[in-house]
Amino acid sequence: MSQPDLIIHDEKDNVGVVVIETTKKGQDCSAWIMENDKTVKVSSMNEVPLGHKIALQDLKVGDTILKYGHDIGKVVKSIKKGEHVHVHNVKTKKW
Amino acid sequence: MEIPKSFLGYKRENGRAGTRNHVIILPVDDISNACAEAVANNIKGTIALPHSYGRLQFGADLELHFRTMIGTGKNPNVAAVIVIGIEPKWTKRIVDAIAKTGKPVEGFHIERTGDIGTIMKASKKAQEFSQWASEKQREECPLSDLWISVKCGESDTTSGLASNPTVGNLMEKLEPFGVHLCFGETSELTGAEKVCAARGATAEAKEKFMKTWNAYNDFILKEATDDLSESQPTAGNIAGGLTTIEEKAFGNFQKIGNLKFIDVLEPAEEPTKGKGLYFMDTSSAAAECVTLQAAGGFNIHLFPTGQGNIIGNPIEPVVKLTANPLTAKLMKEHVDCDVSKILSREMNLSQAGDELIKTMLRVANGRLTCAEALGHREFVMTKLYRSA
Repeated sequence: MSQPDLIIHDEKDNVGVVVIETTKKGQDCSAWIMENDKTVKVSSMNEVPLGHKIALQDLKVGDTILKYGHDIGKVVKSIKKGEHVHVHNVKTKKW
Repeated sequence: MEIPKSFLGYKRENGRAGTRNHVIILPVDDISNACAEAVANNIKGTIALPHSYGRLQFGADLELHFRTMIGTGKNPNVAAVIVIGIEPKWTKRIVDAIAKTGKPVEGFHIERTGDIGTIMKASKKAQEFSQWASEKQREECPLSDLWISVKCGESDTTSGLASNPTVGNLMEKLEPFGVHLCFGETSELTGAEKVCAARGATAEAKEKFMKTWNAYNDFILKEATDDLSESQPTAGNIAGGLTTIEEKAFGNFQKIGNLKFIDVLEPAEEPTKGKGLYFMDTSSAAAECVTLQAAGGFNIHLFPTGQGNIIGNPIEPVVKLTANPLTAKLMKEHVDCDVSKILSREMNLSQAGDELIKTMLRVANGRLTCAEALGHREFVMTKLYRSA
């Protein structure tokens, strides 16, 4: 049970959350999926700080971001696997 | 862990029990704050609860004001109450309602007497109450005397990952002991509203929840001048990695674990359907929400934070926990329970839940929370609309 770099809530999620102080550019991150206790690997494209999200797959404009297995917003700028996911490329579907 | 079956609380006249033994000086309205604060300054062992409203309110907004005032006085963490208002009628309405609990309460109005005469009269009574309350002893009370409210603040993604699920774990473990539980934050369930409604224990509870959330959402759509992106999520939430209100809502929702709620309460309404989990229609602003929950009769509060909210309440102790290792380190003086080891997998959720139960019981037994030690007494009335 080594310390993960990322935690993913649900197997269906397409983002994971950084749980170390920051990822380095190009860092091979181990991502622990809470729901099924599996670990997957993803390479971080940017320096991403604690608590911020990294894409687990390529995403195009209009795609839905899934976290907790649920819809948490839409992609407004295309995102590559391993890229930082935040307010610059994702928006709410509410309001 | 074997969960203790009791805590040491103050037994009250109406059968409830408090985790604290406050004598409060409660101003009915904003202009009586000075008088209330002067009395609390004169008489040691009392605290004044100044606030900003109570004049020219009407309709549902006025009723909420009264419900909050009366509920605060009735809370079992309060031993005795001095009520001070400008006019006799509204002062008396609050005094009479608090008196039904059987606790000592006395009202004073300032008109035709002035501040100085009122301060003198109220101080004499406050001294009597303070010395009387100081002799009250803690006694063994069953866990079911705990009414636990929850609300998170300055959340980040670590809240949804770990600190909110820790609260959920505590709820799952303590519900069988017959505790009352309460969550709120109508606005911050936006995006998760349907998933939340599905947790209603009955068709009636489900329907009541959706009605409450829809009323809130209609109001937002009517009043919003932009997409609320500056307010929800907040700048602090965004700095902590939360991107949208939906993400915040699903994180928020982790606080109730796998429980179902049995009823939906109006703001500051006291639950009447017995033990179990309630949803209260509240603002998501920390001080407003906790003030309403305390007025609903809840006697201990759990507050998970990500980036480091520092809120306290004058009568309901606020136990803070965080899973963010930076917050636990940089804002140590605000953190009662550090569960950041969940993120490094050095601690699992059940262990974290046990730690939180232990911390909460120490506080219930009398240990000052960080917020109490630091003097946080945020008492904030919720106002529904402008005054007449």
